[in-house]
Amino acid sequence: MRTIHRALSALAMAAVASSLTLPETRADEGGRPELPSPLWSFSGILGRYDQAALRRGFLVYMDTCSGCHSLRHVAYRDLSALGVGFAPENIKTLAAQFKIEDGPDEEGKMFRRPARPSDRIVSRFANKEAAQHANKGMYPPDLSLITKARHDGTDYLYAFLIGYGDAPAGVELTPGMYFNRYAPGQQTGMEAVLEDDLVEFDDGTPATVDQMARDVTEFLSWAADPHREVRHSIGSRVVIFLFLLTLMLIALKREIWAHLHEKKPEPPATAPADPAS
Amino acid sequence: MAAHRWQNGLVRWIDARFPMFTAAHHQLYEYPMPVNLNYWWNFGSIAGVILLVMTFSGIFLAMQYQPNVNDAFDSVERIMRDVNYGWLMRYVHQTGSSLFFACVYIHIFRGFYYGSYKSPREITWLTGCLIFFVMMATAFMGYVLVWGQMSFWAATVITNLFTAVPGIGESITTWLWGGYAVDNPTLNRFFALHYLLPFVIFAIVGAHLIALHTTRSNNPLGVDMKGPQDAIPFHPYYTVKDLVGLSAFAFVFAVLVFFYPDVLSEPDNFIPADPLVTPEHIVPEWYFLPYYAILRAVPDIGPIPAKLAGVIAMFGATLVWFLVPWLDTSKVRSARFRPVYRVFFWVLVVNCLVLGWCGKQLPEGIFLTISRVATAYYFFHFIVLLPLLGFIERPRPLPYSISKPVLEPVTPARPGFATALSGGVTP
Repeated sequence: MRTIHRALSALAMAAVASSLTLPETRADEGGRPELPSPLWSFSGILGRYDQAALRRGFLVYMDTCSGCHSLRHVAYRDLSALGVGFAPENIKTLAAQFKIEDGPDEEGKMFRRPARPSDRIVSRFANKEAAQHANKGMYPPDLSLITKARHDGTDYLYAFLIGYGDAPAGVELTPGMYFNRYAPGQQTGMEAVLEDDLVEFDDGTPATVDQMARDVTEFLSWAADPHREVRHSIGSRVVIFLFLLTLMLIALKREIWAHLHEKKPEPPATAPADPAS
Repeated sequence: MAAHRWQNGLVRWIDARFPMFTAAHHQLYEYPMPVNLNYWWNFGSIAGVILLVMTFSGIFLAMQYQPNVNDAFDSVERIMRDVNYGWLMRYVHQTGSSLFFACVYIHIFRGFYYGSYKSPREITWLTGCLIFFVMMATAFMGYVLVWGQMSFWAATVITNLFTAVPGIGESITTWLWGGYAVDNPTLNRFFALHYLLPFVIFAIVGAHLIALHTTRSNNPLGVDMKGPQDAIPFHPYYTVKDLVGLSAFAFVFAVLVFFYPDVLSEPDNFIPADPLVTPEHIVPEWYFLPYYAILRAVPDIGPIPAKLAGVIAMFGATLVWFLVPWLDTSKVRSARFRPVYRVFFWVLVVNCLVLGWCGKQLPEGIFLTISRVATAYYFFHFIVLLPLLGFIERPRPLPYSISKPVLEPVTPARPGFATALSGGVTP
């Protein structure tokens, strides 16, 4: 018996030990360099989105990314979260610059009308197939959830945007692909788009590649998780409430159970005393 | 049930026609609970509360969700973004499924440790196993409704398992799909069933509770209540103790919902389902990982192809639980008095965690080997060890009753337990 026991414990130990050592070798196989991990203004429970960064990021998205990538889950009215310059009238004007198809009208015809604040951000392409066709058969993914759709999405997106460069010797690129240190297999179908001073920021922030990458990452993180701040603020109150409630209930439980040991309760199996008598 | 005379006239009038007050009085004050239940006994009531939370959050989600392949993913995003507090309902429902499984796993393993499945509680155990089975089906279909990449491919992988059935496998799969691939009819029926099955669970929970209240609760010592000194009424003692556990659990739930809602989600499921693009690595939710490891671990066994053998092993891993009351030949319930079983219980726990971890990896090389060993050990535990231990293990002497060790701590190894429950005794 004891031998079986020992053998099995050894087996279990071996299994546990290998679980501790193996993941490291796997990470090495991947070959992806470690992601840079800048401190984001919105990280942590108390973090807030930096509205100035969101505005700059929105500009980068509109001027650059939106040439290929849609943002189809975000409505124009959601942009009010960007603060200064995104009052309801401004958003109405902004939306009206884009046309969307609506209808049918009374004559049964489809027509184009200016977008309204409640419409989703208008994509350059009519549909997925059109976007794919215009991009060498590769569909440029919608960016509404891009930071959630990748592991460590926020850091990954930022890394990806600054990860372009010349392919080092020994890296074989598939035709039509571009080198990117952080992309899976170190290559991607997306060309390096960002270059210094590609856009001009209203607030005078120098438009370096790093700055644009940071800002558009912050903007897209917001786009993927627009209720983050309100979720954290409600959550803090709920969690504090539940913590105090738990402490109170522990005290109450101790109080009630202490009486149990003072005097034995009425034998519950027998009939309780009749309150009417 | 002793007739109880109620003072209030209206209460008396209702109770004479519909004895709800007498029933509540019976369950809360007359029904005897063992005096010594520890906090591991909280998870049954917590699981019941999560079932309610899942039902209510689910009904609100169903009011906004569109079970159509073209709209499903977008409607979930609409709930997350535009519906008032939709994000809260969705995250409660999503996190709730994970925590439901966590609680039920703890509840089941508590049963394993304290021998809660043994005579006379076999039917309580069987109904519990049935609940778990229906729960797995419900959770799987619910996950598919999101219609992300992982939803779609999980549906494809799991429904494809039925093709392993010899002869009629293909037909069964076509019948399940309502077509020749996972598509709109599949999504529609999964939605219908996902809404139906929780009510089936409620019904089985009813049976689980009737059986439980007939045989009464087991307890950490595993010996029967011998008299009034071993028993206390449910209220206020276990109402307040259950509330402590529930509140602490709600705290953990809230931390996950509000601060880490996506920590258990696969990034691929934020990409809309695409039948033309297979994700690099298809993995189920964490609570199915051990089963997934077993499914992929089994090789060809004689004339049985690996796929069929894997499917049999995967379903067998849960089906074997139904037999546990009869596989375990020991008359002693609690592992506290079973020195050898206690060790193997923990080996089984570690083994299941190892299987879960293997389920996350690709089934090749060392991971496949470990999965195979762990799968073999899993079945070895239930089919060989449980029957065998009853014969070769010498259990420690059992206390005469629950109150005996409580009042007279004869086992100095557990002084904390004894003093904690004998309260008034000062050193």
